[in-house]
Amino acid sequence: MPKSGTVKIAFQLAILVAAGFAPFYLSSYNLSLLGRFLALCILALGIALIWGWGGMLSLGQGVFFGLGAYSLAMYLKLVGLGPGDLPDFMEWSGLSRLPWWWTVFRNPAVAIAGVIVVPAAAAAILAWLVFHRRVGGIYFALITQALALAFSTLLISEQAYTGGFNGLTDFGALLGFQLIDPKVQRGLFWVTLACLAVALFFLQWLVGTDFGKIVLAIRDGENRIRFLGYNPVPYKVVVFAIGGALAGISGALYMLHAGVISPAMVGVVPSIEMIVWVAVGGRESLVGAILGTLLVNFGKDWISSAIPSLWLFVIGLLFVIVVTVVPKGLSGLWGEPVRNWVAVKIFRISPIRHALVVTEPLNNIAVEKMTSAASDAPGPEHRERLDEA
Amino acid sequence: MGDTAVVAGQIFNGISVGSILLLAALGLVLSFGVMKVINMAHGEMLMVGGYLSYLTFHHAHGPLALPAAMLVSFVGATLLGAILDLTIIRHLYGRPLDTLIVTWGISLIFQQGARSLFGAIGVDVTAPQWLQNSISINHGLLAGVDLPYVRLFIIGVALVVLAVVALCIGRTRWGTMLRAVHQDREMAAALGVNTHLIDLAVFALGTGIAGLAGSVLALIAPVTPTVGQSYIVYAFLVVIVGGPGSLIGAALAALCVGLFSATAQIFTSVSLSDVFLLVAVILFIQFRPKGIVATHSRLLEDA
Repeated sequence: MPKSGTVKIAFQLAILVAAGFAPFYLSSYNLSLLGRFLALCILALGIALIWGWGGMLSLGQGVFFGLGAYSLAMYLKLVGLGPGDLPDFMEWSGLSRLPWWWTVFRNPAVAIAGVIVVPAAAAAILAWLVFHRRVGGIYFALITQALALAFSTLLISEQAYTGGFNGLTDFGALLGFQLIDPKVQRGLFWVTLACLAVALFFLQWLVGTDFGKIVLAIRDGENRIRFLGYNPVPYKVVVFAIGGALAGISGALYMLHAGVISPAMVGVVPSIEMIVWVAVGGRESLVGAILGTLLVNFGKDWISSAIPSLWLFVIGLLFVIVVTVVPKGLSGLWGEPVRNWVAVKIFRISPIRHALVVTEPLNNIAVEKMTSAASDAPGPEHRERLDEA
Repeated sequence: MGDTAVVAGQIFNGISVGSILLLAALGLVLSFGVMKVINMAHGEMLMVGGYLSYLTFHHAHGPLALPAAMLVSFVGATLLGAILDLTIIRHLYGRPLDTLIVTWGISLIFQQGARSLFGAIGVDVTAPQWLQNSISINHGLLAGVDLPYVRLFIIGVALVVLAVVALCIGRTRWGTMLRAVHQDREMAAALGVNTHLIDLAVFALGTGIAGLAGSVLALIAPVTPTVGQSYIVYAFLVVIVGGPGSLIGAALAALCVGLFSATAQIFTSVSLSDVFLLVAVILFIQFRPKGIVATHSRLLEDA
């Protein structure tokens, strides 16, 4: 339906423009919050892709978020230092020479490329190692969680190289821009918004391609796809790598907004919190993932400044309620039930006519019901034979 | 202290860590094997067991305090598991990844609840007098090795629990039904096995064992709101390495994981040994993706 597609894109562009003017009507505190949360939305889009479309639940997205953030943060720590100088925390820890893997990030081009390449490569290697042996989705979730644990403990313990528990902060200028300058902050907001828009449009395009359809098919029936002659492994690896790259970009942008990156943002608990954002918004909707991220994060900011101890109760309950009651999230709620209700009760379209014309006649559930009903009932040939008997 | 003694000491530590992991992982193995449910709140059952044990020791004294604490922890965690299964887990049947998320939400609620009730800093349980000594080896090759009674006691508890569970599954009528459900749920149901009841029993037994693990763990480490979380990731690695639904696999895997991290700690720091452990597990599933003891099955769609 080209018409509804155009409306949808026009709507999205309108929201984008409205958000683009945010620096002019939001207070600087709220703008900084919004900037951070928009950066997180990029990561949420990645989760929606790998979980909603790819069917892979990753409990370790914080790792890729951290890899992206640390890549750029290392550059920001090195910029402005003389040839023999060391970042402050290395001097405190008694290091005398810069480790070789730090020197690489002195080059801004390498650091910015690293934001995408390092997490994407790490994600691809992990996904290949797990999936090429046909290890199941639950194991994958558990292994990614162990990865998040190992990554954060490693960051904390290797204090001389990573800044330890405090992480990296107190940065130099990024390509000559001082990060605390309000103008630079505003520019950063627009860069974040642009990155989010590009990521959203890229993923919307991607899920519509043949590649996207095969990914969806792998989610719903991996073995059938194998029987059809496809090898699902490269598809899963690519999808997971894209998710990793998006998490890396998100981490770098978030780090720029917050002015700090520390192990507390990449461990097991933050990684799983990222899943809630997408679960609340609806894992099978890209826009839903963005809305869920904004909603949960603004909610967290509000609740934890009012009653700090309440937050874990709230997020725990959110998990339980969302997944048991509305597994498709808020965007799923705005799916058929609401549209049907609006059509029937408000516009007075008769239910049958509405069901025939407005709703998609062959959605997944319907097909499933039809096929299971068909396999339960005796087939036509069988019935004929019964008649003969 | 000689090199051999250091290695022997670490091996002993590894076995004792492995036995705690076994107790923590046993319930996971059972519920994952039979119900295909991953219970992320399993670690919190351990925590609940620890706090129940602390409360019991607070009120009871004398030689029977320890058995009483273990019993209270076991029963309490069993009841809690039964309530969880009846109210939540049951409704998520067939959606393993969703159960994983929901149970994680439950675990967050439990952690915050414990923090509100008992404070963020842990509480201590003092082991009874008769467990506070240790066997010290003073002569020969292993001079300097210390074997605390408490750790020996924990190893003993793990072995007894493993034996009891193995007997229940292998020798009783309930065990037969459990194995039937494990092998083919629909067929078992068709033959009159109440699969809901089996699920309930498996889940509650698993959480009960975790509670028991919490009560003995409290003897050697303070009980904190996050104590469950520090064990749960390793317990999951045990499930992965051992293979779902196999007791022998779980026991071997717990031993391997415990020994691996204990011996790795001779050469590197604790955190690096975590990283090596994860790398080792990922490499291990390259060779045996279904764990040490793979349950043979001709089903194509396996978990």
